[in-house]
Amino acid sequence: MTDARTEILARIRAAQPDGPTAVPREYRQAQGAGDLERFAERVSDYRAGVHRGRGDPSAAATEILRARGLNRIVVPTGFPTQWLPQVELVFEPVELATLDAVGAVLTTCAVAIAETGTVVLDAGPGMGPRQLSLVPDYHLLLVRPEQILAGVPDAVAALDPLRPLTWISGPSATSDIELNRVEGVHGPRTLDVLIV
Amino acid sequence: MSFLGMPDAAGPPAGHGHFVADQPFPVAAERALADQQLRRNLGHATSTIRRKRAGVVAELPDWAELRTAGAAIKDDVLAHLDEYLEQLEANVTARGGTVHWARDADEANRIVTDLVRVTGSSEVVKVKSMATQEIGLNEALAEAGIQAIETDLAELIVQLGRDRPSHILVPAIHRNRSEIRDIFRAEMAGVDPELSDDPGALAEAARRYLRAKFLSAEVAISGANFAVAETGTLAVVESEGNGRMCLTLPRTLITVLGIEKVVPRWQDLEVFLQLLPRSSTGERMNPYTSMWAGAIEGQAFHLVLLDNGRTATLADPRGRSALRCIRCSACLNVCPVYERTGGHAYGSIYPGPIGAVLSPQLSGLDPANNSLPFASSLCGACFDACPVAIDIPSMLIHLRARVNQANGRTPEALAMAVLARTMARPERWRMVLRLARLTRPLARLRWLARMPGPLSGWLASRDLPRPPRQSLRDWWDAR
Repeated sequence: MTDARTEILARIRAAQPDGPTAVPREYRQAQGAGDLERFAERVSDYRAGVHRGRGDPSAAATEILRARGLNRIVVPTGFPTQWLPQVELVFEPVELATLDAVGAVLTTCAVAIAETGTVVLDAGPGMGPRQLSLVPDYHLLLVRPEQILAGVPDAVAALDPLRPLTWISGPSATSDIELNRVEGVHGPRTLDVLIV
Repeated sequence: MSFLGMPDAAGPPAGHGHFVADQPFPVAAERALADQQLRRNLGHATSTIRRKRAGVVAELPDWAELRTAGAAIKDDVLAHLDEYLEQLEANVTARGGTVHWARDADEANRIVTDLVRVTGSSEVVKVKSMATQEIGLNEALAEAGIQAIETDLAELIVQLGRDRPSHILVPAIHRNRSEIRDIFRAEMAGVDPELSDDPGALAEAARRYLRAKFLSAEVAISGANFAVAETGTLAVVESEGNGRMCLTLPRTLITVLGIEKVVPRWQDLEVFLQLLPRSSTGERMNPYTSMWAGAIEGQAFHLVLLDNGRTATLADPRGRSALRCIRCSACLNVCPVYERTGGHAYGSIYPGPIGAVLSPQLSGLDPANNSLPFASSLCGACFDACPVAIDIPSMLIHLRARVNQANGRTPEALAMAVLARTMARPERWRMVLRLARLTRPLARLRWLARMPGPLSGWLASRDLPRPPRQSLRDWWDAR
């Protein structure tokens, strides 16, 4: 008996067409920098908090956390020290149970997309492993203006496909009940984006 | 002759699984149409999503170009599927993953069950996946004593309600909020008996119920929306975060992937990440997309590549573009037939227009599925909505022809042939009309039209007119 791999590949070779394979890419390609105002507007469309940190990022982050009633937050390795807020900081590595108990996390991002209001994390410095930005119920995301790109093609070009990637567009949500969007299921139910 | 010494006409074998109806569409549809609640729920949900989709599609000035590119990328995949799968396998393997190949549903179920057994786990968490629905993985695991917990809210509603999915994206679309509340109250362990039907409260109940399971699960099973051949990157597009939980926390991850889900290049995702969310949930972007290449962050990773009738579909030059489908379900939401009958009437986990062309191809022309290509008015709304430009109406007509060819000479075909010969000659037609007049007294007997016989199917949805006293021709001559 032939093994499954050999057989499936043989089935494909017997069935597949010799077709033209050119892909016309006449859609908008990478456009470079994205509009900050548009990014802010699109993020808030998802009912995430959007904050413009004028002046000191650390003070702005502290203020946002205070307003949310949070006085403890998990911080990933490599997070810029000058941006650390004035609350109790729980540094990585953290156990799953601690992540769940602290319930708040602070990260940077790899890139952001203006057109879709998306932020992408690649598990690099300041972002930590994927579970870090997932288990806590609250996520504060710091975005630098130069990280905001125009569209999806810009982000795809800027990202490394071999890294663990998490694309985030607003807080966790579901449309499973009568196709109406409800924010807050398993991921962080509250997302704040601070543009510094 | 092909590789196995079988004649080429036989082609690759059909698949088997939950895409075969247990009754013909007209029978199931009639029952669904009588369900007022179902029609209200579906009408409300599909009109909501149609409006949202139209808004976000109109927002992109290059939607048509993205659609053309999406279709072309998928056609490129279908023309070089062998190469891209080998490339994907090499890249996933190089990054520490293990790749398995499954010819059909049974083989895939066996592979996954064995992989779970090795971990010693008797419980797995699942990310919503059409491929695992298709092969009946949950049932296969249950037979092996392994409980599969669906973590997508709609899948959970279906699982707790011992129901069947009725929509590709929102499997519980046929349920409204108060029905969901009743299911949760009755079936969800530890739920508040006073749980309200507010969607927020229902989502909160699901969060509490599943959280402990996420934090303790050892094994997760997922599907994937895309697999990039050149990098080995897999992508899961979702909303709730249940996908992230399953993909991130358990120490073993098993992903079941239909072989047509491979895309050649990393760059290709820039097209599909614009087409898919806008077409499916009508959002600029879905809340979460996870991507990973091979085994990462200390996880063991297995990828199961599934055929199960896909190569049989690939073999039909006029049917193969159904394999472009990215499971967005836009065609369901715009379909006047789906909106009225719902998904259950199709009998397959792939309902609606795409289901009507995909299910009978995956299953081969199974007698129970032969009515599906006829479950359409050919209005063409599905083709317009499809983000990868699958010409579903033309494919339906092609499949109708295949069904008719397989059925041979039916009474209907015979009757039509006789009628054509008769109408071709005016004198024959005149004679028949005169003869028909003699049956006028019989037409009073309504039960006659309900008699079983070769034309009973034809007459079930048509009235038999009473022949007139005088035909138009006779009237003209006598004038």
